[in-house]
Amino acid sequence: MQHTLIAIVENKPGVLNRVASLFRRRNFNIESLNVGHTDRKDISRMTIVINSEEADARRVEANLYKLVNVLDVHDVTNQPAVIRDLALIKVKAGIDQRAEIANLASIFRGRIVDVAAESVIVEITGTEDKIESLVELLRPFGILEMVRTGQVAMLRGGYEPVRHTPGAGSNGFHPEEELEVD
Amino acid sequence: MKLSGAEILWECLVREGVEVVFGIPGGANMPIYDAMLKYPVHHVLVRHEQGAAHMADGYARASGKVGVALATSGPGATNLVTGIAAAMMDSSPVVFITGQVAAHLIGGDAFQETDVTGITLPITKHNYLITRADEIARAVREAFYIARTGRPGPVLIDICKNAQIEKTEFVYPEKIELPGYKPPRTAPKKDLIKAAQMIKESKRPLILAGHGLLISRAYREMQELAHRAHIPVAMTLLGIGSMPASDPLNLGMMGMHGEAYCNLAIQNADLLIALGMRFDDRVTGNLKTYAPHAKKIHVEIDPSEVHKNVVVDLPLVGDLKAVLTDLLPYVEEARHDEWFAQINEWRADTDERDIIYWPDDGKLYTAHVIRSIWEATNGQATITTGVGQHQMWAAQYYRFEEPYRFITSGGAGAMGFGVPAALGVWFTDKSRDVWVIDGDGSFQMTQAELATIVQEGASIKIAIMNNHFLGMVRQWQEFFFESRYSATYLSGPDFVKLGEAYGIPARRITKPEEVMDALRFANQTPGPVLLDFWVEQEEAVYPMVPSGADLHNMIRRPKRQQVASAQATS
Ligand SMILES: Cc1ncc(C[n+]2csc(CCOP(=O)(O)OP(=O)(O)O)c2C)c(N)n1
Ligand SMILES: [Mg+2]
Repeated sequence: MQHTLIAIVENKPGVLNRVASLFRRRNFNIESLNVGHTDRKDISRMTIVINSEEADARRVEANLYKLVNVLDVHDVTNQPAVIRDLALIKVKAGIDQRAEIANLASIFRGRIVDVAAESVIVEITGTEDKIESLVELLRPFGILEMVRTGQVAMLRGGYEPVRHTPGAGSNGFHPEEELEVD
Repeated sequence: MKLSGAEILWECLVREGVEVVFGIPGGANMPIYDAMLKYPVHHVLVRHEQGAAHMADGYARASGKVGVALATSGPGATNLVTGIAAAMMDSSPVVFITGQVAAHLIGGDAFQETDVTGITLPITKHNYLITRADEIARAVREAFYIARTGRPGPVLIDICKNAQIEKTEFVYPEKIELPGYKPPRTAPKKDLIKAAQMIKESKRPLILAGHGLLISRAYREMQELAHRAHIPVAMTLLGIGSMPASDPLNLGMMGMHGEAYCNLAIQNADLLIALGMRFDDRVTGNLKTYAPHAKKIHVEIDPSEVHKNVVVDLPLVGDLKAVLTDLLPYVEEARHDEWFAQINEWRADTDERDIIYWPDDGKLYTAHVIRSIWEATNGQATITTGVGQHQMWAAQYYRFEEPYRFITSGGAGAMGFGVPAALGVWFTDKSRDVWVIDGDGSFQMTQAELATIVQEGASIKIAIMNNHFLGMVRQWQEFFFESRYSATYLSGPDFVKLGEAYGIPARRITKPEEVMDALRFANQTPGPVLLDFWVEQEEAVYPMVPSGADLHNMIRRPKRQQVASAQATS
């Protein structure tokens, strides 16, 4: 099944590479990985969607924790969360098709953001299902090009993030009290 | 005060308590080597960077302190790779410092440019690419901290040449800021109480003692637990030394070449208490049939190890020393006499089969040589090994009473570990009695470090178990490939002459009656000694759990009478 994880990471060179390398090394299959800025310049946020068994999702989470630049990981699968994907779809459209396409797009709260002689670009934001439905409706016109951002997710207000990894989060120790070796 | 990046590096190393480093200079780290001359750090010039890596690793394993190895860019750094991987697999705290081409040349395939942080990403706990002098102090501070805390491991710092040369204000970062790095400390109280309850209810408990007990210095707490609740202890290869071999609760080594009674105890236990071990395939065999009757408690500092290979009933994530210390007050005294009676029955059968109790038949067996080394060193030596049959026999027949005395490459199984690791061990305490029990194949992989040993005047005794074979591979060919010996015979060289070429007194031993005399010679000769034991060529290590087989389906040692009759007919 699909699991959606949020990783809060330090915004440092190579962090994306570390995360991607982890997936490759541990043989985890990612469906989508989205990285972007947060309100803080020094922190980025990743939304990771994997298609795997429960146990593997836990392993991804625990392994992410092991990366020194990863600050927090939580699981929004089956949680009250806002999950969005953005797609740009370039559709073949002459003058006669534009109105119909604009109509379809607006049913899905999408819109036309570019018009050329032979094509239009439709922008749509929403859940995966919604985007896929629109794509299917646009397919008969001829899809010339398409891009999707992959999922981004955010827990709804008033809910606590779910962390599965034992020992993660609050249990950390501070440098001053590091383990003494006798 | 303004210092060059290279000077800042040494300032920081000295502050970390570094007394010895192992390495080789080259174009991209010459400023580091030049600055080194001003600092009170002893440099050991190795002959191959793999040697430097294993030395730093051996130093770290024997002392718990962070080892340090240096190399230049490109081939210097790539030569470290095997050693880095070995340190990673066995959670050994080593800081590797490599030179890199100048920052403005990076990505342009400059002379001796290799993407070392890229190559070592999966085999380090963390790594750094440093392009400016003012990044060095913080990186070194963090690297040592990351290397030695939590689950220890290697950290690599790749320093561009311009950063070594540039001058900048030196400010030592007293505080470490690693918001994403918080090793867990101890388990929640309710889980500790639950663990104690599981121990109390168990009739056939068993402790699986791993390397974590040594790393966390928690072996005394483990011994206390075992004695208080009367629990037998099975050790992993790297857990050896966590309980004295002579302790009646100690069952010895588990796994592929573990004792039969030890593996049978695992398969029949109703509770496994796994301490700082990771259920590697070499100790579990077939996971589907592994310890089928046992509930499992797993004490482990690395959360990603929990449920990785074996799904456990109760994970206690935290530092072993803290968890065991917190657990002990809840553990009640108990007796498990029936369980021990059962184990002792299995044990009697094992003893009867054991080669060590055979009378002298005129042949030189590795097991006997190793037992003699144990006697000649009063069981007090620190032993390093290569990888192969001799390594397994060393684990079986040298009886370790103390921790940190058996230093071997477990997870990576890196041949060539023995000689350089021994030199690293020697540097932790020069009065230490250090022996290498090596294979003729493993020895040749890093034998160039004999020169380093001589140059350093290190008193290291090297005993080569020379079976003229890549013995362990030969054994697998014998058992699983119908004795087709493909590329496993080794014809030479003459190790005695080789030793002498390096200025090392050396002897060849071919008969059992020569063994004790040669060991006396080694003990009485100051400095390094090399002993070339021509042991039986086609002996096999028993028992053996074939790779992936059920842990209880071991190939047992042939019974004595069977061996005797087999010999009579051959
Ligand atoms: C670097 C490396 N290459 C190959 C192997 C595979 N291997 C495992 S044991 C072994 C034979 C070791 O021979 P030797 O050192 O003579 O020890 P013996 O088994 O004969 O005691 C080999 C080739 C390895 N572990 N490490
Ligand atoms: Mg050999």
